[in-house]
Amino acid sequence: MNIADGFESFANGVGNVVFYSVTVAGASLPLIVVWLVIAGTFFTIYLGFMQVRGPRLAVDLVRGKYTQPDEVGEVSHFQALATAVSGTVGLGNIAGVAIAISLGGPGATFWMILAGLLGMATKMAECMLGVKYRNEHSDGTVSGGPMYYLKKGLAERGMGGLGSVLAVLFAIFMIGGALGGGNMFQSNQATAQIVDVTGGDDGFLGSNPWIIGVLFAIAAGLVIIGGVKSIARVTEKIVPFMAVLYLVASLIVILWNVTALPDAIGAIFSGAFSPEGVAGGAIGALIVGFQRAAFSNEAGLGSASVAHSAVKTKEPATEGFVAMLEPFIDTVVICTLTALTIVITGTYQNPDASELGGVALTSDSFETVLPWFPTVLALAVVLFAFSTMISWAYYGMKATGYLFGDNFAAEQGFKVVFLIATILGSVVALDPVILVSDSMIFLMSLPNIIGLYLLAPVIRKEIHGYLSRVQSGEVQKVKV
Amino acid sequence: METVVVGVDNSDVSTRAVEFAVDRAQKNDWKVVLVHVIPWSPYSFQTPTENEHRQREKVNETNAAKEQILVPMAKIAEEGGVAHEEIVTHGKPSDTMSDLATKHGAVHLIVGRTGDGGLREAVFGSVASRLVQQAKIPVTVVP
Repeated sequence: MNIADGFESFANGVGNVVFYSVTVAGASLPLIVVWLVIAGTFFTIYLGFMQVRGPRLAVDLVRGKYTQPDEVGEVSHFQALATAVSGTVGLGNIAGVAIAISLGGPGATFWMILAGLLGMATKMAECMLGVKYRNEHSDGTVSGGPMYYLKKGLAERGMGGLGSVLAVLFAIFMIGGALGGGNMFQSNQATAQIVDVTGGDDGFLGSNPWIIGVLFAIAAGLVIIGGVKSIARVTEKIVPFMAVLYLVASLIVILWNVTALPDAIGAIFSGAFSPEGVAGGAIGALIVGFQRAAFSNEAGLGSASVAHSAVKTKEPATEGFVAMLEPFIDTVVICTLTALTIVITGTYQNPDASELGGVALTSDSFETVLPWFPTVLALAVVLFAFSTMISWAYYGMKATGYLFGDNFAAEQGFKVVFLIATILGSVVALDPVILVSDSMIFLMSLPNIIGLYLLAPVIRKEIHGYLSRVQSGEVQKVKV
Repeated sequence: METVVVGVDNSDVSTRAVEFAVDRAQKNDWKVVLVHVIPWSPYSFQTPTENEHRQREKVNETNAAKEQILVPMAKIAEEGGVAHEEIVTHGKPSDTMSDLATKHGAVHLIVGRTGDGGLREAVFGSVASRLVQQAKIPVTVVP
């Protein structure tokens, strides 16, 4: 048995447990997806539809209108958001959407958008807590994230024992998520893209994909072990540029086919409720839509809370409002544009669509209007994958640090394992990689969301308290 | 006593600007406010690790600026026997200096013609030229 086969049986084993499904109306419904949807729905209602009431305040916060003079020069709301977004925006937005549509038809888009809107409330809850219960160390560094709010927050409410257990579980799952979805999936899809533009499976790199994996591991290793800041900086600067280029390109494709736009939107709505040829019908479309949206915007998983907690603010609620923009940007804007591009060009109707899967389907859709775009997309995929890997390496390292008390050897050990997983991701097939990535990442939502429910009163008090102080004028804008 | 704001950095031109300001301050009974702005944008893109260490970095940057830039500049003002105050802050240098001048009710801004920005200044223009275009009070540019 070679490595790829061994990995496949491991993937199936893990996947069967995490994605335990019940059959509803002929479609199999993974309970973990229901878990995320209920959380999003609960916090949407419990926090009082902040998706509607909060965006304007969120935008003002990002623009620095509430930044106190002594906070100038430290991590701004914009920077915390941008760092979190660069960890989230990635293959989920390009490959994940294509997978959703190839499996669930155009209607999956509708459910993705709805999941994105619900996810805003979950994200608000977890990122507010991340700031509220972060550790500010004496050396001027900060650590935050679900591990800290599960432990400290639940201890405050007299559930210290449960909190500690959930925190440890979360940290273990986040290490798994960092290795799977945050790493192997990224390296797998980036490799597929590079192979695609360099002669396909029969080309030299197609026969030896591990070479790409090794190169990726070296580049990531230079950043995460070598501390080579220049590579990380260049990536952080190019990624936003590529994101804008990607959005502009998809708008061009949509405008080029503008006469087909009403039909495409119609297909998305009708497909949402009565899809044709989709396994499981409307429920089937709903499930893949929700699943891909959750994988893309990570709401409820708790990962982004780690990145958001670095912000400089005295009001934890502010970051809750700002974090709400993340699923909006990721899912409601970027995923929707990708979906429209795929639906409007009709490439998903290609009989091979579900085999093409992932990036290739998105790439074909762009190619119909912009023949040179696949090369640019390949570059974008590689960069998005790389920046997501850097973010997740950081998340995994923080989780390791939490488990082993910031032990230097343990953190270095994690980094080495991370790089090995990078190489592994480049050589195994797509399906087992998706299965393991999804499993590990979705597992994070178990301890995280239990914690969110138990801390719900704290969340509501902070969010509503801040909002009412803004509305009453007690909290004033620093600049207009 | 009227206040003037002097923009300072790590360059010789900046030293000449302070000397010029102190010389005029003696004659006109001015108070000089020495300002060093550490270039910083809240809209830059950073890695998670940079964010984690940012608070510490800010303290380090501020201390370094005080020691290496403001202490020697303040000495010139001290020796000249004029009232002086030192400020280190983060932001876009031209805008921040202009805002600080307003805040302190300054009547005059004094800066060196070129700073220590090197290539960045060559490409994007100097702080001095921006101030000349934007400031709401008279600006003196010292060569």
